[in-house]
Amino acid sequence: MSGNAALDTGVIEVVDPGALCTVQDRGRPGWAHLGVGHSGALDRAAASLANRLVGNHDDAAVLESTFGGTRLRFRSAAFVAITGAECAITVDGASGIGMRQPVALPPDSEIGLGPPMTGVRTYIAVRGGIAVEPVMGSRSTDLLSHVGPEPLVTGSTLSIGADPGTPVPTAFAPPSAVTNWPLTIWPGPRTDWFSVDAQRTLVQSPYVVLPASNRIGVRMSGVALERLDDRELPSEGIVDGAIQVPNDGQPLVFLADHPTTGGYPVIAVVDPGDLDRLAQVRPGDTLRFRWRR
Amino acid sequence: MFELDTVEQAAALATELRGRDVPGVIEVVPGARTVLVVAQRPEQLVPVDQIVAGLGDGDVPTPDGELVEVPTLYDGVDLEDVAELTGLSVSAVIDLHSTVEYRAAFSGFTPGFTYLTGLATTLWLPRRPSPRPRVDAGSVAIGADFTGVYPTSSPGGWHLLGHTTIEMWNPSRARPAFIVPGDRVRFVAVGG
Repeated sequence: MSGNAALDTGVIEVVDPGALCTVQDRGRPGWAHLGVGHSGALDRAAASLANRLVGNHDDAAVLESTFGGTRLRFRSAAFVAITGAECAITVDGASGIGMRQPVALPPDSEIGLGPPMTGVRTYIAVRGGIAVEPVMGSRSTDLLSHVGPEPLVTGSTLSIGADPGTPVPTAFAPPSAVTNWPLTIWPGPRTDWFSVDAQRTLVQSPYVVLPASNRIGVRMSGVALERLDDRELPSEGIVDGAIQVPNDGQPLVFLADHPTTGGYPVIAVVDPGDLDRLAQVRPGDTLRFRWRR
Repeated sequence: MFELDTVEQAAALATELRGRDVPGVIEVVPGARTVLVVAQRPEQLVPVDQIVAGLGDGDVPTPDGELVEVPTLYDGVDLEDVAELTGLSVSAVIDLHSTVEYRAAFSGFTPGFTYLTGLATTLWLPRRPSPRPRVDAGSVAIGADFTGVYPTSSPGGWHLLGHTTIEMWNPSRARPAFIVPGDRVRFVAVGG
């Protein structure tokens, strides 16, 4: 290893980002009136757990790896925890460390994430947090608004923030219990733009997650939802979990990087408590919904 | 979400609610006929409902709003087309567009893009038949009953009247958007 120890402190080199790897924190609420959504980690519970396991404050930025394949080299010793979609983790190419536990890495370690066995998004927290410059109060990458850091690319480097000064944890978190489908949905704001049949179809038919899904939304294919008429909807605000129905009748669920306004009616909204599960659904998965009234 | 009859009423209500700074409210998002209010917990919306009930139906006085001036060079590629479609001369189009005080109503389409109301009815035109794949940042344009400025380079279907050199959108600034909903906006014709 060459270089000045002071300069080498707390730097992560991106050897391979994998399909998509972004910096995420709890997001940037409060800007929707300017067209910027809140963004942030899609599976908030997993991101939050990763931070807790390394003793970070909850607002520290983590890395969100989509479909694994991410490889990172830590130039100096680091304390990391990996949560979310379950995958094999290698250290310097050898099968190495487990998920959901704090791990001390010696200097110059390279960690690699295999493809997730279940789920989509895996979170990597580093003690001290990822220290990119906040934009509009957050370090999150918003793929729709293009606000925040660019997605990681091979060769880019990331600084690690100052040690939070908390006690170094030693805990291990058990995997979360398997949750039961279906997803709970609330009516509105445009449920009445759809026939009663369509409202029933939404909870009686399965919807298959399409590969075009991303941080903006989960696209689905299933029985088309019939509108009562083809009025045009004047643009209106959209919330997380909104199930919007474009003219082809195929619903999509908006996630953290969704547009802040939209011109297609929203038939229902997924319960906020179920959004973390949506962050981990894969193309080909079947979704079912149930009305909460 | 509150529904109103006009875009002006929605903008006025949104500005009013934002000004009240209700604890727990995270977002106040005006739309074309609606105002969406998002709070951390449902019970924090109760005071918002009370405020709206107290204001009466669509009777929100239009708040003053900050006056924002956009120096504009009227050199847009669609000026001639707009003149032809409206039966006006090019200079009459420029006069009509630059003598009105507009009101920033709501954002959408792309970050920092704000729909401005108050466009003279003679200038109301449907969008261009096919959108341009790229419209430069700072382009001043009209579409339907709105006018606005493209904050970043993007595809766009509005009629381009001119451009401003003001940086409309910069997320690193304390005030990222030059125009925010609630502002009063004037386009000031400048020479090239």
